[in-house]
Amino acid sequence: MASHPSTSAWPPSPAARLRTWWTILRICLEERLVYRGDFALGTLMRFLPIVTQIFLWSAIFAAAGHDSIAGYSYHDFVAYYLLTMVSRAFSSMPNLASGIALSIRDGTIKKFLIQPIDMIAFLLLNRVAHKAVYYSVAIGPFALVFYLCRGFFPGWPGAMTLLAFAASLVMSFLLGFFLEATIGMIGFWFLEVSSLLFVYMLFNFFFSGHMFPIDMLPGIWRTLVELLPLKYLAYFPAAVFLGKVQGAELARGLAVQLFWVVAFAATVRTAMRLGVRRYSAYGG
Amino acid sequence: MSNHPSYGRVFLTFARNSLVRDMTFRANFVIECVSSLSWVLMNLGFYVLIFRYTPMIGKGTGWGQYQFFIFLATTLLVTSLVQTFFMPNAEEFSELIRRGDLDFALLKPIDTQFLISLHRVNWSSLANFAFGLLLLGFSLYQLAYWPSLWQWVSYPIYLACGVAIMYSLMISMAAVSVWMGRNQSLYNFWFYITNFSRYPMEIYRGAWGDPLRWTFTFVIPVLIVVNVPARLMVKPLEARTLAAFAVVYTVMSLAFSRWVFSRALRSYRSASS
Repeated sequence: MASHPSTSAWPPSPAARLRTWWTILRICLEERLVYRGDFALGTLMRFLPIVTQIFLWSAIFAAAGHDSIAGYSYHDFVAYYLLTMVSRAFSSMPNLASGIALSIRDGTIKKFLIQPIDMIAFLLLNRVAHKAVYYSVAIGPFALVFYLCRGFFPGWPGAMTLLAFAASLVMSFLLGFFLEATIGMIGFWFLEVSSLLFVYMLFNFFFSGHMFPIDMLPGIWRTLVELLPLKYLAYFPAAVFLGKVQGAELARGLAVQLFWVVAFAATVRTAMRLGVRRYSAYGG
Repeated sequence: MSNHPSYGRVFLTFARNSLVRDMTFRANFVIECVSSLSWVLMNLGFYVLIFRYTPMIGKGTGWGQYQFFIFLATTLLVTSLVQTFFMPNAEEFSELIRRGDLDFALLKPIDTQFLISLHRVNWSSLANFAFGLLLLGFSLYQLAYWPSLWQWVSYPIYLACGVAIMYSLMISMAAVSVWMGRNQSLYNFWFYITNFSRYPMEIYRGAWGDPLRWTFTFVIPVLIVVNVPARLMVKPLEARTLAAFAVVYTVMSLAFSRWVFSRALRSYRSASS
């Protein structure tokens, strides 16, 4: 931006700042609403694999001969898979890391470096808009599927559990964002992050609890997963809702999740600061 | 020189060209092999985990750990063949239509469906095929079971039937993009539909399961794809009627996809300027 209007003072007043961000959020919202039909259809289809899981676990429980596997009943398993769909809806960030790496590679990141707009905050708002639109459209299919599957749930948990669930979902969104943005920032050093991203996705799929409740993992694997932040992206919110994590353990879980959010928020800032220093602006 | 091109030689040329292309970026080729293998290993890990908790998938079905691994190996063999020969082409097909580049394929003096379906071979997907063979061998060894000659002969035939059914489904869906312009969702749909083929059909039972099993056996025959060859290996006596039926369905699927494809071509209006 060449110059600021002479009438406004620099730095801008909080009101002006708020207006800027509000405008950005509104534009992003409108951009996203263009594809709402595709969204709704896509969301409904995403539940199809759950159908297979329901039958698979039913067959497993029929042959296992006991009512509980790793502390989960058959109904818990189905409820768990449905709930991880919710947490994944919060924590997954399609194209975030690859988008950042691409903008570094082709030079479009320059626009953030010369405009008085913070890139990370801009991307975060963009995601908030994306997710807000996603939920407003996806709530239909989600409500339908949860209603159809209501028999698998033990009933509504208490208010405190719901509150903890909501908090863990918001934090899983933030954690997902900062974690993937950090991977994107690695693009300052490597330019191409797609294979790195692949490794991340692979681990994410297996160790976030997306594929199965991580309580099933034996010994050393379980310990490893406890040390990684990935379980807060899918497993943790679902386990909270189902009452698998309670009391002091719940408080500790939420605290650790908050720790990871803050840690990755700080990491992404640092990575960007260091990255911009060595950035050499390829492309036009 | 005859007027008809030699399809075999044309295909060999396609295969050779693709191999040359893959070998030009050798590091990328290795990365692709390793990535697809790691997905497979993760999946295998999931099932190993499941069999820590249960002796079998489905009560009395006979799908114990190594029987199921034979099933899994069969899934791998079928899907890796589809991915090697057809997937990249079907993906490109809807793009050809969208950009109007299908014109060039239509002008060539060779069957368009053949050209569209096979012109690129994705060699790196054969890594999964090799892994599938290893897993099959390992599972048979663990079961200390040696299939009869009849089983060894029919297994590859039914693998081919499975690949043909998958191919028919895929090319039909890709051809639909002639009418839709672009169909990203249909691709997801393909992925989700084939998801049903990944498990033994016995797991679909009960008030919801029976109609589901019926639909995916008779209407969209994805359940036949892996179930028939895997069953021929593991429990051949139960597979006989299904096997006869699979041949009929393979022919019908191929005929259907041929019909959809030629209908689609007739509706094609070039998009280029």
